[in-house]
Amino acid sequence: MRKAKKNNVVSTQETLSLTRIRPKITWFWFLLPSSIIMVVFFFIPVILTLLISGTNMSTTTGLTGYQWVGFANYKNLLNYPDTFRKLWLTIRYVFLTLVLFNIGLALLISLITTHIPKKAGAFFRAIWLLPRITPVVIYTFMWQILAAAPPHGIINTLIFEPLGLSTTNLIPQYPFFFIVVVNGFIGTSFGMIIFTSAIESIRKDIMVSSLVDGASTLQRIRYIILPQLRWPLLFATTYQTLSLLTSYEQILVLTGGNFGTEVWALWAFNLALNNYYGNFQYGIGSTIATMLVLIGLILSTVYMRFFKFDELVQEPKIDVL
Amino acid sequence: MKIKDYSIKSLPYIFLIIISSPIFIGYLWVFLRTFTRSMYGMRPTGGFTLNNWALILKDPILWNLVGNTFILALGLTIGILLISSAAAYPLSRMAFRGRKIYLSLSLILHAFPSVTLLIAIFFVLRWISAIPIFGRGLPLIGGFGYNTLGGVLLVSIAFMLPLGIWLMKGFFDNISWDIERAALIDGCSRFRTWRQILLPQIRPGLAALGIFAFMHGWSSFIIPYTFMVDARTAVMSTYLNLLTSGDRPIDYGVASAVALFQLLPILFFYLFTQKYLLKIFSGGMKGGS
Repeated sequence: MRKAKKNNVVSTQETLSLTRIRPKITWFWFLLPSSIIMVVFFFIPVILTLLISGTNMSTTTGLTGYQWVGFANYKNLLNYPDTFRKLWLTIRYVFLTLVLFNIGLALLISLITTHIPKKAGAFFRAIWLLPRITPVVIYTFMWQILAAAPPHGIINTLIFEPLGLSTTNLIPQYPFFFIVVVNGFIGTSFGMIIFTSAIESIRKDIMVSSLVDGASTLQRIRYIILPQLRWPLLFATTYQTLSLLTSYEQILVLTGGNFGTEVWALWAFNLALNNYYGNFQYGIGSTIATMLVLIGLILSTVYMRFFKFDELVQEPKIDVL
Repeated sequence: MKIKDYSIKSLPYIFLIIISSPIFIGYLWVFLRTFTRSMYGMRPTGGFTLNNWALILKDPILWNLVGNTFILALGLTIGILLISSAAAYPLSRMAFRGRKIYLSLSLILHAFPSVTLLIAIFFVLRWISAIPIFGRGLPLIGGFGYNTLGGVLLVSIAFMLPLGIWLMKGFFDNISWDIERAALIDGCSRFRTWRQILLPQIRPGLAALGIFAFMHGWSSFIIPYTFMVDARTAVMSTYLNLLTSGDRPIDYGVASAVALFQLLPILFFYLFTQKYLLKIFSGGMKGGS
């Protein structure tokens, strides 16, 4: 009886102190849902990827009968002839898509659309956003139609047939060209938006006075606009390098990795999750994924430092004052 | 002189039209093909018909897919708005230890390519499946584990969360401090301040993120494709992929009709909310391709 009373006293004290603390830990309840999700779907998976890459887990071993093999997967990977061929493919793919489309064409389109009447410019930029907002399967379907053999193929029936050239499905013939173009048409809009808003934010008096002073439009682009775009160009390049390196959705839908288009990220995915014969290689797939995860972690940390995000994380005034 | 002037002026247009032509043609072809019996390149042959539409609209599979896709899109919208606006509030307006670390971490995750984690998430979802009721056995979404719509939904929310938190934080940062301080001094709780004072002020931001999330969920492919075993009954994107992946002869009319059907809400949102969406694309867009 006495004991119970004592307990009672303690608990009331605890509740009292809790109510005193509560205003201070409100943030905890606000952050709880997002924290759980981030732990379950980011932090645990990163560690899990590393762990699985140290096992020989596959359909043959089952999800429980695997063995730890240390760094054997990494060693095996170095001995595959495929490894370096696919790495070289990935590098060429990332580099060409970036230079030709995500930066090159993006810059060209933003320069042109800011030099023609506003409405026309906005119209073409809206057109170029379509590939990004179109569901990936539909967008890829359109390219399959463009490239198909007659009677469907549009490029074949409109261009190749009248010229008397051979007309077969173009994707198996020029697979690399198509993965670059299909991804490039989506990637272009990222740079386009960033460059356009940078160009439009250049002060009007500078833009006009340079023309009044006798500079030609091309000279103005060279000496006024391009120097102002240095920072956006750097941002788009670094950001898009990482996303090109690790994304494979379009290639998966377009070719499935056939015809020598299996970039590293798609290779990992196909090995571990998308095997046609149902022989899933979790261990080796995770080994490839681990390298991409590490590259991703390093680059995204570097971006954070590099692009001065310290300014974004200033102390909130209301609790400091 | 004048003719030369015109030809120079029209050069940029010619360039833009030529380079954009694959986009025009792709859309035009899909649109035309849904209403024709067959086509030779861009030329309709065999006359116009509504058969393709009749075929897919009568197909019970399609409506099942529309339901699934809608649940996914709506769930993603509600989930991302609730969770990210809750998380962004203390990150923007409260001082506590670990705030900077939390922000930096979510920023790293924002740039981090989350698709590289799909293999490991496969195992996480299988663990969730083992949880009774929560894992598998909920009505409508089937649970939150592997091979359920809820699992796909959860992964989709997770992948969009860093973007959502940063966008929401940006919107909260722009609200004046005075309104909030007045509410707090009058004795309003932090929760009530968030719900009744702050959220109504960022309504445009919520709308922008909500529309973006809905479109994203409506088009999502890779997550349902990976984590739902039966592609036919998963969502519209996986069904269309099945129709066009060439394991059997492709019925282009039906495939185009399904594609256009899935495209309509996307185009509708895009036409009428472009200004909102551009804010998101320029502010916090993940690289995409």
